[in-house]
This record gives sequence, structure tokens and C-alpha cells, in this order.
Amino acid sequence: MRSVRPYVTGAIALAVAAMIFVMPFVFVALQAVKSKSEASRLDFELPGQWLFWDNLTAVFKARDYQLVLAYFNSTLITVVSVTILLLLSAMVGYVMQRRRTVWNKVASVALFMGLMMPPAVVPTIGLLQEIGLFKTMTGMILIQVAYNLSFSILLYRSFISTIPRDLDEAALIDGAKPRQIFFRVILPLLKPVTVTNIVVQSIAIFNDFTNPLYYLPGKENVTVQLTLYNFQSMYTSQYNLLFMNILLVTIPPLIVFIFFNRQIVAGMTSGAVKG
Amino acid sequence: MTETRPRSRKSPYPLWFFIPAAIIYGVLFLVPTVSSLWFSLTRWDLSTAEFIGFENFQQFFSEPFLVKGLVNTLIYAVATSGLKTVCGLLLAVLLTGNIFARGFLRTLVFFPVLVSTIGIGITFTVMMHPTRGIINVTLEALGIPGPGWLTNPALALFSVALVDVWKGVGLATLIFIAGLAAISPDYYEAARIDGATRLQQFFRITLPLVRPATLVVVTLSLIGGLRSFDLIWAMTRGGPGFSSDVIASVIYKQYQAGFYGLSTAGNVILFALIAVIILPITLWFNRREVEE
Repeated sequence: MRSVRPYVTGAIALAVAAMIFVMPFVFVALQAVKSKSEASRLDFELPGQWLFWDNLTAVFKARDYQLVLAYFNSTLITVVSVTILLLLSAMVGYVMQRRRTVWNKVASVALFMGLMMPPAVVPTIGLLQEIGLFKTMTGMILIQVAYNLSFSILLYRSFISTIPRDLDEAALIDGAKPRQIFFRVILPLLKPVTVTNIVVQSIAIFNDFTNPLYYLPGKENVTVQLTLYNFQSMYTSQYNLLFMNILLVTIPPLIVFIFFNRQIVAGMTSGAVKG
Repeated sequence: MTETRPRSRKSPYPLWFFIPAAIIYGVLFLVPTVSSLWFSLTRWDLSTAEFIGFENFQQFFSEPFLVKGLVNTLIYAVATSGLKTVCGLLLAVLLTGNIFARGFLRTLVFFPVLVSTIGIGITFTVMMHPTRGIINVTLEALGIPGPGWLTNPALALFSVALVDVWKGVGLATLIFIAGLAAISPDYYEAARIDGATRLQQFFRITLPLVRPATLVVVTLSLIGGLRSFDLIWAMTRGGPGFSSDVIASVIYKQYQAGFYGLSTAGNVILFALIAVIILPITLWFNRREVEE
């Protein structure tokens, strides 16, 4: 009897979890391949005809291929800001972990604030206008860097504490300059935490809605999340296209998730537990 | 340490490594945060700011719908944080036990954490449609009249909170799983030998020993709940009426309406709220950690 139990609880848990966690995604996928009139019934029926390609092309063509532009913008913001984030936060994490200075206290307080406090939006907009970066990709990228630095540094700092100092000293004795120790010796060793960082931050930045809404208005600046928001009001009578759009927006994180499941889990927990 | 001593050797850890990050963070995060304290005291159109003292705050606290936003923020944060903590712990206990398809179930529970909040918001808005939404259609089939999840002013905030829990419980579960893994199995073995029931084991061993993880989950979800904007905006836009407005949506609405000073005052109130709630928890937690 004993050996049956894990299967029984497992089966029950699977059934409940399927109801609660899978059903909404199935619902999205179903509506996305229906015709306009079928989708408007919002029910769980299978589609009479499968219009996957029709709906897909319709969503891409909407508003002069706005979704294509949005994918381009979102990808650009994500890739560039994650790259800058990685480099800068590895540098800060490294020195914070290795060298005791008064600046560490300052940095710790700043870090803590960054994790906790919401940004002051209107003053930031004012400032961005002042320096000419409002409504620009550069501005958006720098904002994403600034807002996500704290979490990145946290991950790097705790990982660097596991790298023995002997390595630094050995490199120093071999005549390496400080810059070289970091870039040649330490940085390559940070690969595991770098992968975690890439995955966690790119999902966060790709999915970000609030910051582009505030700092990146304008038709030519749309991001993927903003198209979804715009389509919401535009497609209230065309649920099939709205849900096709949701489906498309869900796919990139899904792919990342399939490939990097383990790193995401490691990153989320270590960052969270230390924070 | 003495200043007169010449530095014999440069540290291999250059301080200038701080500089690029400090500039970006300082200019784009710290400067606006600090200057918000000043701008919240002004009537402001982004080019000229006229000092008006605490008028914005007075206005904030004298408008019933703005105060409602403040109260809603607290309700929302406490409700989501409480539910995420309880459900997360129970799920984590279930998913660390001996159970079929454990890995797959963990994945399933965690996946919504990674999905676009706006996408989830729209999906649930449709599923919560009062007459056609599948939630109410299903309830009706079972003979239960479904409520207007998002159209009933008394319910809208809680409906959004439920979706927030649905989306975020996976992260809480993950943190609890990590916390549970750190508990030595010896305790449970000893308890079993002493004849403790499962329930006793949970309350006497699991619950006290998983406390660090609990504090992390509570703190994180409280911060998230207090700052929450996108899900609420996607699902109700603060409506019906102002029934599901929170500070973050008030800040956005005042910004859209061009009341920049008032909007910034909302931000300052949110800072204060977060500091007042989170700082004591964190300090208490850190003190305990030092003691241990």
C-alpha cells in the first residue's frame, strides 16, 4: 500500500495543478487559433477551423507591422541593457566583496534602496528631458540598467565570495595588473552566475511594462508589452488576435525557460534569500 | 590606515570599478528619488516648479479617492503577501515530499512567474467576464451564481489580488523549497521515533525552522504588493470607480492628468509607506541573523 501513495497524491496534485496552472495557457492558445466570431464566445470549445497562420499574419500586419518593430525594440533594449548590467555589476560586486573601504557601506545602502524603493517617476522624466534622453532607446536602456543593478550586484557579490583570494594573489605575483586580474582571471570564472543573471534579467526587462509606459512613449518606440496594452483596447471585438498576440509575447520567456530552467531557479532563490 | 604612510602598493581591487555603475545609478535613480522630496512640495509643470509647501499632501489626504488608493494599497499588499506565504509554504511542503511527477509540478507552478504580467492580466480579465467568462460559466454549471469578479466594486481589488497570487506563488514556493532543503532530516527522524504526527512535525519542526525563508517571502511579496501597478492597470485601470486604485495607479493617473507635483507626492507617500513597513522587518531579521 505504501508505495502507491506517492502516485495517488501525485495524480491528484497534477489534476489540480493542471486545472489551475495549465488551463489559462490552454485557453490563450485556443482563442489564438479561432475565428473572430468563435473567439468572441470566450468558451473552451475546440475551433471549428484552425486559423493559426491567418491570425498570426494578421497580428503581425496590424498597424503597419507594429509588432515587428516592437520585437526589434524589445530585443535591442533587453540585449544592450543586460550586457551593460553584467559588466558593471560584476565590477562592483568584485570590488565590494574583495576590498574593505568606506565606500562599501555607501554602496550597501544604495543597493538596499534599489531593491526596495520604487523609482520616483515624474522627476525621472523631468531629468531625462533635461539631458535629452526622454523617449529614446538610450534613455530606456540606461534606466533598465539603473533599476536592475542592485539585484545583479547582489548575485555577483555572493558568487564572488566563493572564489578563493589565492587566485587574485597568484595573478598579482605573476605580474598581472589589477585590470587584468579582473578581466582575465575573475570574469571567466563568473560564468555560472553570469548565465543566471542573463536569464533572470532578460526575462524581467523583456516583460517590463511600467517603465516603457512612462519613459518610452511614442509610436516608433513601442515595446512588445506595450503592443499588448495597445491591442487590448483596439481588439476588444477581435479576441482571436488579442490572444494570438499574448501567445507570441509568452513564447520568448517560454523558450528561455525551457533552456535555462535550472539557472532561473538558482538565480531567483539565491538572489531572493540574500536580499 | 594613517594618512602619512605612503602607499607601498596599490590595491589590486581598483575603486574606479564602482564609478560607471555609480554614475548611472546615481543620476537615474538617486537624483530623482532625492529631488522628488522637493518636487512633491511644488506645483510643477516639468519646467517651472512653484513652492507650495504641503499643499499636495493636504490635497492627497483630503480627496477620498486618493485616500482610498492608500488603503487599497495596504489591503492589496497584505492580502497578496499573506496568501503567497501560506500557499507557497503548503505547495513547497507538498513538492518536497515523496510525490509522483515532482519536478514537473514544480515547473508548472513556477512558470507563470516568468510570463508577461500584462498578458496574464488580459487573459484573466477575459476569463473573469461576468457572463461569458469561463470561470462563471463553470460555476454556473455547478449551480453556483458567479459574482462580477471585476465589475463589482467590493470585489475587484480582491480578484486582481487573486490573480497576483496565481502569478507569484511560484517564486514563494521556490524560496520555501530552498528553505526546506536546509532543514536536517534528523529532526524529522527523531520526531518520528518520539511518535509525533505529521501535523505536529509541521508545526513544531518545519514552521520554526523555515522562518528565514518565510521572512524573505513576506518581505519580497510585501514590497511587490505595495509597488504593484501593471496587473491592476491591465485588469481594472483602478476601477470600477476608484475601487481598485492603488498608490501606483494614482501616481500614473495624476501624471497623465498633468498634476506632476501631486503625482510626485504620491511617490513620496509610497516611499514612506515602504520604509515604515519594510525597514522594521528587515532590521529585525538582520539582528536575528547576527545573533545566530
